[in-house]
Amino acid sequence: MAQPKITINNLNFYYGSNRALKDVNLEIEAHAVTALIGPSGCGKSTFLRTLNRLNDLIDGARISGEILLDGQNIYAPEVDVVALRKRVGMVFQRPNPFPMSIYDNIAYGPRIHGITSRRELDGIVERSLKAAALWDEVAGRLRHSALGLSGGQQQRLCIARLLAVEPEVVLMDEPSSALDPISTLKIEELIHNLKEKYTIVIVTHNMQQAARVSDYTTFFLNGEMVEYDETEIIFTKPRDKRTEDYITGRFG
Amino acid sequence: MKARLVDHLATFFFWLGAGIILVLLGALVGYLLFKGCKWIDLDFITRAPENLKAGGGVGPQLFNSFYLLVLSMLFTVPLGVGAGIYLAEYAGNGDVNPALALPRSKRASNFLLAALNLSIETLASLPSIVVGLFGLLIFVVSTGWGYSLMAGALALTVLNLPVMVRISLEALHAVPRDLKEASLALGASRWETIWKVVLPAAFPGLVTGGIITAGRVFGEAAALLYTAGMSSPVLDFSDWNPLHPNSPLNPFRPAATLAVHIWKINSEGLIPDVRRVADGSAALLIIVVLVFNLLARWLGSVLYRRMTAS
Repeated sequence: MAQPKITINNLNFYYGSNRALKDVNLEIEAHAVTALIGPSGCGKSTFLRTLNRLNDLIDGARISGEILLDGQNIYAPEVDVVALRKRVGMVFQRPNPFPMSIYDNIAYGPRIHGITSRRELDGIVERSLKAAALWDEVAGRLRHSALGLSGGQQQRLCIARLLAVEPEVVLMDEPSSALDPISTLKIEELIHNLKEKYTIVIVTHNMQQAARVSDYTTFFLNGEMVEYDETEIIFTKPRDKRTEDYITGRFG
Repeated sequence: MKARLVDHLATFFFWLGAGIILVLLGALVGYLLFKGCKWIDLDFITRAPENLKAGGGVGPQLFNSFYLLVLSMLFTVPLGVGAGIYLAEYAGNGDVNPALALPRSKRASNFLLAALNLSIETLASLPSIVVGLFGLLIFVVSTGWGYSLMAGALALTVLNLPVMVRISLEALHAVPRDLKEASLALGASRWETIWKVVLPAAFPGLVTGGIITAGRVFGEAAALLYTAGMSSPVLDFSDWNPLHPNSPLNPFRPAATLAVHIWKINSEGLIPDVRRVADGSAALLIIVVLVFNLLARWLGSVLYRRMTAS
């Protein structure tokens, strides 16, 4: 097997005295979709947010262990968090487009990273919207406010906005939990197409979704990583009793 | 039955409260406009005041009010919004942890934060005459500027700063945390996030803050009596060099504003047509404030629409 994109070694995470993640060890494969499942409060979102250091912003948060991205520890003191977040992007639970035009939403990241040429930006906007399967729906109204889009379109816009900064890893925190079934389906198709170019880690409450979109699945419970395997194996012959109980709906 | 009665009584009481406010405001504004509007004409608005004769206008005072507004906003807005940003986004103030908070080690200590909040509240409750006398000591006497627009602008800044900080803080707090995180997650720095996402989203709230503080600049008299002074030099409206003593733009000349002028002629005016000038000025002041508010809101919403493409 090739070198994993992300390697997590003995990761512990504390909110004050509360230990939210307990000795997590995990390898995340490149160009694959890894799903994180588990009941509410099990630490899967916390875990996701350690991967782009968004948890740094939380009061009294502490971390131990290491997270290697292409072999480099992202918690090393010399790491530039801003540069890290350009490589490891995130899609949030609720669509959160900026209150600007569709065009400016997509161009936000590239502009921040120093691209000013109008022609170059036009190209990025078109490519990103196409990659997020939104171009056909918005091509005629790029100058209109992004807030006028439907929830599903807004979420795909947020994905396009992320693709515009050309990340290597895409983190998704329950990206379709606020969307209707048809929009959810579109997002899932999109995830499927994106894994060719990107490494995707997705938190989901929906086990069918995990089964449909992911190549690998990891089950979290009370801050522990209980089981990790190919999705097919997790859903057909899990090794751990707790995983089996969870996926068969006995709790959670 | 009893609950219904109480309900009706309460409704009536609230309705009465709102009604009284409307009637009071309507009566006051109506009376002032009725008494004053007939004196307002182009002459009145553009002419210099007379000291002993009848027939003077309030041109310089009107100009002073606007110029003082610009000068004091130059200090109030950046300082107020800056402090608001610090409190809302950087300091980790309040129970919600702001998305942009600095690492704990670089944040203000709880003691500093408490001191900051206490100062803002105290500043907000200072009587304006006290601010005026403080301004006399610091901005007029120790700087050696004498009565001047600059001293008045700084005194008004002291007066308006707490209001501007509070309103900015609220406007910035209302910006969803999601938006800030989205920006950070795209690799934007704190500053880029504030400048490009947070401030535009908070813009309507900031405009409201600016309008409230501007209203105070137009209306304030007590804080200006001893700072900007009660008189103006003879202004030469053809000389726009800010360094010349008789130029309207010279920030270090004394300048009575319209509000101060109303107070002055009512209490010590020697002109025979005191009533005409006082009533006309009062009506003019109300009209100016109204027009300014409407214009500022209109401009604010045009800018906001342009920024947000809505």
